[in-house]
Amino acid sequence: MDPLILIFLSSGLFLGWALGANDAANVFGTAVGTKMVRWRTAAIICAVFIILGALVSGGGTTHTLGKLGAISALPGAFMTALSAALAVYSMTKSGLPVSTSQAIVGAIIGWNLFSGSPTDVNTLTKILSTWIICPVLSAFIAVILFKMHKFTSKRIRIHMIMADAYTRFALIIAGAFGAYSLGANNIANVIGVFIPGEPLPALQVGAFVFSSTQQLFLLGGLAIALGVFTYSKRVMMTVGDNLGRLSANAALIAVISHSIVLFMFASRGLEAWLAGHGLPTIPLVPVSSSQAVVGAVVGISVLQGAAGIRWSVLGKIVMGWVVTPVAACAICFFGLFFLQNVFGLAVQ
Amino acid sequence: MSLNLFRRTKQLEQQIDNFFDILSESSVVYRLAVRIYLREGINQEFKERLERINTLESEADALRRSIEKQLYSDTLIPDSRGDVLGLIETVDQLFSQFEGSLWSLSIEQPNITKEYTDGFRKLTNMVVKAADELALSARAFFRSPYDVPAHNHKVMLYEKEADAISTKLKTAIFASDLELAEKLHLREFVEQIDGVADLAEDVADRLAIYAIKRLV
Repeated sequence: MDPLILIFLSSGLFLGWALGANDAANVFGTAVGTKMVRWRTAAIICAVFIILGALVSGGGTTHTLGKLGAISALPGAFMTALSAALAVYSMTKSGLPVSTSQAIVGAIIGWNLFSGSPTDVNTLTKILSTWIICPVLSAFIAVILFKMHKFTSKRIRIHMIMADAYTRFALIIAGAFGAYSLGANNIANVIGVFIPGEPLPALQVGAFVFSSTQQLFLLGGLAIALGVFTYSKRVMMTVGDNLGRLSANAALIAVISHSIVLFMFASRGLEAWLAGHGLPTIPLVPVSSSQAVVGAVVGISVLQGAAGIRWSVLGKIVMGWVVTPVAACAICFFGLFFLQNVFGLAVQ
Repeated sequence: MSLNLFRRTKQLEQQIDNFFDILSESSVVYRLAVRIYLREGINQEFKERLERINTLESEADALRRSIEKQLYSDTLIPDSRGDVLGLIETVDQLFSQFEGSLWSLSIEQPNITKEYTDGFRKLTNMVVKAADELALSARAFFRSPYDVPAHNHKVMLYEKEADAISTKLKTAIFASDLELAEKLHLREFVEQIDGVADLAEDVADRLAIYAIKRLV
């Protein structure tokens, strides 16, 4: 295998690492921050289920990103992923909440603009609409779950200590589901742009042959898992303080809502089931894990009188949603120009 | 890991229930001991009740330490840990009040004449009712915090009634021909017994806040 391929893949793997470092906190942050679940337990479950989600259900969202921009040249894919990673990095440095999904979409559009490829308006509209639908849907699900929780907790008399044990157990199950959904939904952000170029030769292990795409899914999943293990602890410990503190039950509901939304936007099985029953299907689009959690937290806070929401922080989050794709697009456009004209690499 | 967590949780749940069982039992034993004293003074039965109160207080102390240790070492109920510890600490003061009050009777042996025994009996009954209702309120806090206000309301009512009885009793004592030293001695005991209801009310006030925090 050409070692240059690994250098080109490094930007996607870096993006995967950043995703694992940041977004694992959306799944297990409150559970670990409140010491309901140990970080080590959370990290192991998170890593295993992210990889599983990426391998089993990662295809759907990857396909949608591919329709937005089919980057066939490896240097072009490298710069696209690098631009998204740089946008994520600089936004994180500035203290603004950031979405890798929005960064990669912005970067792909940057590549489209540079290469003169047309942007599929239908796909773009579908993706943009999910940026609004995702947090709203997450808030809606959180409100329903929270109301159901209130209703049942009034009627079922469980001892506080036993309820605590059930909550811990549920946080682990919900966290595993959340990690699976995160892997399934967000793997496209990490390796999606490399797939059309098929950079890796098929790999034979015993009777099994792994295609370039399958190897990329595994590599991307491992990169996310590495991010979880090496850097997520700090983020997990500080999560929850930004928007306002959550109780363990509210945190559980936020994680479940987030996981359901990510799963809905990634599951081909659900899409087929809905289509089979004549119902409108949900687009398979990589959505922001952070937006889903923010939506759920806001939904719960509004239900509780909105007293806990820090509106200034929420405003910064919304600003980040606009700035991220624009920044990634601009970085990608100029980066490609640099790569093509200075290094003489073919980017399209 | 999960099975172990649920087993330990069940044990802790039982310990908390036992702690409040001790509160209920202590109030019954206290009531019986005071009634024996009012009827017959210090006798073998009174001594047995006093010993039982001492044992219950020690058991409650051991349970309190064990509960506190488990809550911290297993990092359980992070949202409510401080409240539960605060509740258990303040209820522990009630055990001390029961024990201290009976020890004072045993050591000082106040001369409670017939015209005041009825007042002391009524006062004791009322403070014990307040303590019993508090035990119910504390149990409700752990299982159904929505029911705490109803129990607390009763605690307040009993405390108010106990205050009225104690005021009446003290007025009668100080209006009598007893020596000032005897009056002061009796007043001291009225206040000690009434102190049980006051403490119950303090704990109920805390419980009201803790319950609201759980319901938000």
